[in-house]
Amino acid sequence: MTNSFKEFKHAKMFFVIGSNMTEAHPVAATYVKNAVRSGAKLIVVDPRKHKLAEFADLHVPIKVGSDIAFLNALMYVLIKEDLYDKDFVTNHTENFEALKEVVMAYPPERASDICGVSSETIVETARLAASIKPMMLCYTLGITEHSCGRNNVVSVANLQMLLGNMGMEMGGVNPLRGQNNVQGACDMGALPNVFPGYQQVVNPDARKKFEEAWGVDNLPDKNGLMIPQMMDKLVTGEVKAFYIFGENLANTEPDIRKVEHELSSAEFLVCQDIFENETTRFAHVVLPAAAWSENDGTFTNSERRVSRVRTACPPPGIAKPNWWIFREIAKRMGQTWPSQSAKELWDNEISVLAPSLGGIKYRRIELDGLQWPCPTEEHPGTSFLHKGGQFTSGKGHFTPAEWTPPAEVPNADYPYVLSTGRRLYHYHTRTQTGRTPGLNELLGEETADISISDARKLGISNGETIRLSSRRGSISLKARVTQEVPENMVWMAFHFRDANANWLTNPAFDPYTLTAEYKACAVKIEKMV
Amino acid sequence: MSENLLVIDGQEVMFEPGQTILEAAEKVGIDIPTLCHLKGTTPTGACRICMVEVEGARTLMAACTVPAAKGMVVQTESATVVRSRKTTIELMLASGRHDDCLVCPASGDCRLQELAYRYKVKSARFPETFTEYPMETVNPLIVRNFAKCILCGRCVQACRDVQVNDAIDFGYRGATTKIVAKGDMALKDSDCVFCGQCIQACPVGALVPKDAWKKPRVCETEQIRTTCPYCGVGCQQILHVKNKKIVQISAAENAEPNQGRLCVKGRFGYDFIHSDERLKTPLIKKDGVFHEATWDEALDLVASKFTQIIKDHGPDAVAGVSCARSINEDSYQMQKLFRGVFKTNNIDHCART
Ligand code: SF4
Ligand code: SF4
Ligand code: SF4
Ligand code: FES
Repeated sequence: MTNSFKEFKHAKMFFVIGSNMTEAHPVAATYVKNAVRSGAKLIVVDPRKHKLAEFADLHVPIKVGSDIAFLNALMYVLIKEDLYDKDFVTNHTENFEALKEVVMAYPPERASDICGVSSETIVETARLAASIKPMMLCYTLGITEHSCGRNNVVSVANLQMLLGNMGMEMGGVNPLRGQNNVQGACDMGALPNVFPGYQQVVNPDARKKFEEAWGVDNLPDKNGLMIPQMMDKLVTGEVKAFYIFGENLANTEPDIRKVEHELSSAEFLVCQDIFENETTRFAHVVLPAAAWSENDGTFTNSERRVSRVRTACPPPGIAKPNWWIFREIAKRMGQTWPSQSAKELWDNEISVLAPSLGGIKYRRIELDGLQWPCPTEEHPGTSFLHKGGQFTSGKGHFTPAEWTPPAEVPNADYPYVLSTGRRLYHYHTRTQTGRTPGLNELLGEETADISISDARKLGISNGETIRLSSRRGSISLKARVTQEVPENMVWMAFHFRDANANWLTNPAFDPYTLTAEYKACAVKIEKMV
Repeated sequence: MSENLLVIDGQEVMFEPGQTILEAAEKVGIDIPTLCHLKGTTPTGACRICMVEVEGARTLMAACTVPAAKGMVVQTESATVVRSRKTTIELMLASGRHDDCLVCPASGDCRLQELAYRYKVKSARFPETFTEYPMETVNPLIVRNFAKCILCGRCVQACRDVQVNDAIDFGYRGATTKIVAKGDMALKDSDCVFCGQCIQACPVGALVPKDAWKKPRVCETEQIRTTCPYCGVGCQQILHVKNKKIVQISAAENAEPNQGRLCVKGRFGYDFIHSDERLKTPLIKKDGVFHEATWDEALDLVASKFTQIIKDHGPDAVAGVSCARSINEDSYQMQKLFRGVFKTNNIDHCART
C-alpha cells in the first residue's frame, strides 16, 4: 500500500475494485464503513454484490476479467471531459501521450460490451471519481489473480496518477495483502530475483555486498525460478530436490490433479510445517516447526508496518523455530551463521542489509510497529509514499495496457465463469481456522454460490447438491443461491479439500508475474440425478 | 482567566475546545470512573457513573458528555458525588444477577465489581428490578448472559459505531429492556458476524467467549502483545496466557493499525496452536510410511541429499518455497540458505495468493 490504514477513517472518497474487504480484510473494512457513515463516498467495482457494496454510493458489477477495459474507459471519459489533474500529469508523470493513445480506443460504448455495464454507468463512475479529491483506491486479489494481473495493476495506478491522487494522505494505490506476511516475505527476498530490500541478484554490486556480509563467494548471478516454473521442472526432472516451507501447495495451486502429479515427481521433497496436510503426503522428510505464538519475530503488514510477534507458549514435542532449522542445515553444509535468535537476525543482519529497513530495530517496535522506508534510527517511518508527487524513479510512469480476455472463457459446453475468493470464517486451507470448533460451526462446508436466475433456469434450489465441472475436474457440493452473485457466474472459496475450487481452476498464468488465474475459468453446472 | 483553563479538584487544567470534562481530567491523570463511555464513539451518557459536581450547576453533570468550559470548577470525588455513585452502583447491582461473582468468568476483570470495591458497595440495597432472560448458549463462540447485563449500551456502540455491523440494539422497555438482535433472535440467526467486538466492549460478564468456563479466568492471565497471523491488516492482539496456553485473545487498545478492533479470525481462531494434531517430531519416510526421527537424523539426511543433488546436477536442481505466513526472520533465513549455501536463486513464495 502506498498509504496507511489510519487514513481510511478520514478519507472522503474510496474506489474499491476486486476486493471483498468485509470478508477478507474485515478490520480494514470497518474503517471504510466508518468513513462512509461520516459522509465519505464509496465506489465498489466488483462482479459480486458483496457486503461492502451495500454501503456503496455506486456499485458497478463489471464482468469477471473486464477490469482493464473498464479502467481504460474511465480514463477515456476523464480525458475527454477534461476531468483529470493536468497539473499532476504535467509535473509529476511521464508517458501520458502513450496512455492517451491506448485509452482513447476505449470509448464507454465499446467498454460497455466487454464489461456488461451500461456506458452511462461508466461515465457516471468517472465523473464521481473525479468529483472529490483525494480518492483512495483499494484493491485485492480480484485485480492480481488474472492472466492479465500485472496489466490490471498498472491500470489502477494509471487511473490514480491521472486523477492526481498519488503522494498524499487519503489517496494512493492500496493493495490489501491476502496473507499476513506476504509483504514481509517479499521484503526479505523470498523471491527469485532479489535479495532482502529488493536488491537485484543480477546486480554485481548487490552480490558483492551480500557475499561480504555472509562471508561467502560466488552468489548465483541469474534470476531463479518462480513457483509454477519449479513445478513444471519437477516433472521434467530439471528440479530434483524441492523444499516447501509452510505452504499447502496441493490445495492452494490451480488444478490440484496436475499439482499432485508434480509433487510426486520430486526426487527429494522436504516439507517444513506445523501440521501434516495434503502436501506433506508427498514428502520424504517432514520437519516440525514452531508456530506463530511459539517464537519471537516480526510480520510486515500491507501498509509496510513491521510489528512484533511474541512467544506465548513453547512449541509441541521437539518442534523448532524455522530459522533454527535453516541454520542447522547450513551448519551441516559447512557454514556457521552468527545470529542465534530472531532479534539478532533482524537487528544485526536484515536491518543492516536492507536500506529501507535500516532504522527499524526491535527496541523501537516494542509497541506500535514502524512503516518502511525507515532508513535511519531517527527516522519516524513513512506512512504514505511519493510525498509531493516524488516517485522513486523521478516521475510517475504511465504504462498503458490493452484489455485481454481471461485465458479460458465460457462456451456452449462450459457456459459459466467460476471465480474464487475467501470467506469470512476460514482462512486458506483451514489448517489453522479448521481447528476452532466455533468457526466450523459457522461455516462447515464449501458451497457453490449461484444467482437466483441461474438457479431458477436450472431448477436448482438453495442447498441442493450439484455437480460442477471444468475441463480439469469435477466436484459435487451444495448450491448456495444468492443475490450476491450475478447471472452466468459461480463463486467459490478454496477452504475445504473435498469441494475445493482448485480441482477446477485453470493453471493459466500472468506472463510477467506468473500469478495464476484463480478468478476466471469456465465451468458447467449439472443437477445430480 | 484568558486561556482555556478549568479547575478540577483544585488543580488548574488546560483544555482544548470541544474536549469533555472527562478528557481534560484524563490528561492530568485525574481518574473519573466511567462505564458506558466507549472511546472513539459518541458518548451516550447512559450510566451516570461519571457524574461530577460543577460549581454553580443545580445538578451533577456527566463528565463524559459535558464539554469543558473556561473557568469551570469541578469536584470529582466530593461527598455528593460519592453518594450519587454509590446509589448508581446499588441500582446496577439490583438490575441483574450480580450476587454470584464466584461463578462469573468476568470476575476480577469486571468494571462493576471494580466500582463496587472502590466505593465500598456490598450489595444491591434495592429490590431486584430485572426480567431474568435465560442465557443464550446456542451460538458458536459467544454466550450472552442477559442476567448480568447492566444495559450500558457499549456493545451496541461497538457493533454499530466501531464495526458497523448493526447487528444488535436496545429492545423492549422499562424493566424488560434487553439488548436484542433483529427480531430478538439468537446471534447466530442474525446479522452478527461474530467479530466479538461486543465482548471486548462489555464491562461485565454479560458477553463472554463460549469456552470461557472451561478455562482460567482472564484476570489470572498474563498479557502478551502480538500481531495477528491471518490477513495482511496485521492487527495488534493481546494474548491472555496462563500455564503456557492461550486462554483468550482481545484487541490491543490504542494500537496501530487496528485501534482496538479485531475480526472473527483474529479473536477466535487460535485453537490450532494447542491442537493434538500438531507435528511434534521430524518424520522420515521409509517404504512409503513416515517414521519418527531425531533432529540429527532428519537434518543429516536433508543436508546430505541436497549436497548430493547439487554435486550431481548443479545448484539449480534444487528449489524452495518460503512461507508468506511465517515471520520475516524465517523467510530471510531460508533465502540465505538457498543463495548463500545452495548457490541458487530458485526461491519463491506464494506472494500471489
Ligand atoms: S459479535 Fe460483532 S457483529 Fe456480532 S453482535 Fe457482537 S459486535 Fe455485533
Ligand atoms: S451486554 Fe454488556 S456491553 Fe451490552 S449493554 Fe449489557 S452490560 Fe453493556
Ligand atoms: S484480526 Fe482479522 S482483520 Fe485483523 S489481521 Fe487478523 S484476520 Fe486480519
Ligand atoms: S460514563 Fe459517563 S454516563 Fe456512563
